[in-house]
Amino acid sequence: MSLALSSMSHPGPRKDVATAARLGASRKRTDRIIRTLCLAATIIGLVLLASILITLFYRGFEAMSLRVFTHVTAAPGSEGGLLNAIVGSLIQSLIGTAIGTPIGMLVGTYLAEYAKDSWLGNAVRFVSDILLSAPSILIGLFVYQILVLPFGGFSGWAGIAALAIIVIPIVVRTTEDMLQLIPNTLREAVVGLGAPKWKMIVLICWRAAIAGIITGILLAVARVAGETAPLLFTSLGNNAWSTDLSKPMSSLPVTIYAFAGSPFEDWIALAWAGALLITLGVLSLNILARTLLRSRI
Amino acid sequence: MASVSATPPRAASRRGSSLGDKVFALVCQAAGIFVLILLGALIIELLIAGLPAFRAFGLAFVTSTDWDPVKELFGAGVSIYGTIVTAILAIILAVPLAFGVAFFLTELAPPWMRRPVGTAVELLAAVPSIIYGMWGFFVIAPAFAQHVQPFIIDTFGELPLIGFLFQGPPFGTGLFTAAFILAIMVLPFIAATMRDVFEQVPPVYKESAYGLGATNWEVMKGVVIPYTRISVVGGIMLGLGRALGETMAVTFVIGNANRISTSLFGPGNTIASLVALEFGESEIGSLKLASLLALGFILFVLSFVVLATSRYLLRSRLKV
Repeated sequence: MSLALSSMSHPGPRKDVATAARLGASRKRTDRIIRTLCLAATIIGLVLLASILITLFYRGFEAMSLRVFTHVTAAPGSEGGLLNAIVGSLIQSLIGTAIGTPIGMLVGTYLAEYAKDSWLGNAVRFVSDILLSAPSILIGLFVYQILVLPFGGFSGWAGIAALAIIVIPIVVRTTEDMLQLIPNTLREAVVGLGAPKWKMIVLICWRAAIAGIITGILLAVARVAGETAPLLFTSLGNNAWSTDLSKPMSSLPVTIYAFAGSPFEDWIALAWAGALLITLGVLSLNILARTLLRSRI
Repeated sequence: MASVSATPPRAASRRGSSLGDKVFALVCQAAGIFVLILLGALIIELLIAGLPAFRAFGLAFVTSTDWDPVKELFGAGVSIYGTIVTAILAIILAVPLAFGVAFFLTELAPPWMRRPVGTAVELLAAVPSIIYGMWGFFVIAPAFAQHVQPFIIDTFGELPLIGFLFQGPPFGTGLFTAAFILAIMVLPFIAATMRDVFEQVPPVYKESAYGLGATNWEVMKGVVIPYTRISVVGGIMLGLGRALGETMAVTFVIGNANRISTSLFGPGNTIASLVALEFGESEIGSLKLASLLALGFILFVLSFVVLATSRYLLRSRLKV
């Protein structure tokens, strides 16, 4: 009783209320300032994206015309388009993805189904992750060394090989991630019915993971369609119409690079038109991939 | 009796399926080993191709600032300097922004806003490098030359100790502009990693702190960051690894001069930009080509070390 009385009459708490109020106010102020800064950081990010898109639409639409799609690249001053570059980009990106995807899927399957914790699996996972973020220009140099030098020149095939090497780690990552999401009970159910492991993987696991794997493939196409550096040393670029994969082949990013750095007005305009095309393509593939993944999971 | 007569076919089918299993497992393993060989071959090819340059200049190749195609004198000093300075400056610019974005997306934003804003920031990562180059060259560089750089030069150029970093004519292009563009390019990678690891903090921890009356920032500072700091550093290293090897965007805006300028507004080059620019003008078998490939090898070693560190730091996140 006396203890409670003495603590009630203690003058301490009343002073502390004032201190606490002051402290609380300064804590709230710090919090508000930092929250505002974080909001500002997010707005800066969005403004930068908007600035890129607005610039592209503004300069790209100015230069856009039917001629871009019907004529091949030509000397400055003569009516040229981007037809060969667009077709070259499509050919190389699609064949590159078609070659890289099965390899990437097999590696991803190996990592998720066979080698979860083995040292070889860990090594492959590590190397694949390094390849995923390695500078793409080095992949161009590598393919130059193994395919361009020994086989006598720049070619569409070399460009395809470089893009396929970029595709592999992207597909590996998504395949492994998606297979890991599949519940083990599903696997056990399939094996319990007497199915061999490979049938379980191909018929059940791959099918269950298909939305995620397709997302990975779309992202891979989007990534390689915009790659410039690895193509500089492999397919080089070609100002004439060519679908011969053993010859140098034009591509949109390399053409944009050459045209944007030139002093000619009409070439720079074409570069903007190409830049708009490629960004629209890449961003719509990305958005498509995300929507697909969200609707299926 | 019936079970006995049913045995042979089952045994046969099991033999067949075990063969199929073996083949499929082997194919998968072969694909995995193929990836190992790919990276191994990449390292060895670049080293072998660059060997003539290492042999001609020795270890001095790494530090020499020469790049004289006429006298056939080549060195990696300037481009290594440019690569490291632009990448680190980019990280210094990008990390606060990325942290702000990740904090906003995980704790502050109303739920309906999180996905669209998060997607928009991730789309920054999808924009091709060459587009950043054009945008930087035609939009950012002129804006920097006219407004940003004169202002910074006037404000900080006279300061003691650090003033020399901000002196010189405002070209618009140069190391600082390259670092700025790189910062925007690595921002989404760092922000996405930070957001993912912030989301992995068990809600109970955060709720207990909120229950004690902590503010958003106190929860971030006292609970989330201590819990995730290793992964956060891993995310930053991932951004650094990306910034080191970025080619096209840098080539457009760095000014491409082979000299070390003390001012951040001076022109320079990076390993990747030098290789992209000079490769087309090198003859097969020339010492210049070997030097460029040797530069490629050095860049590979740099990014390998950074990316391997990043992966090591992020491994706990990968296992979860």
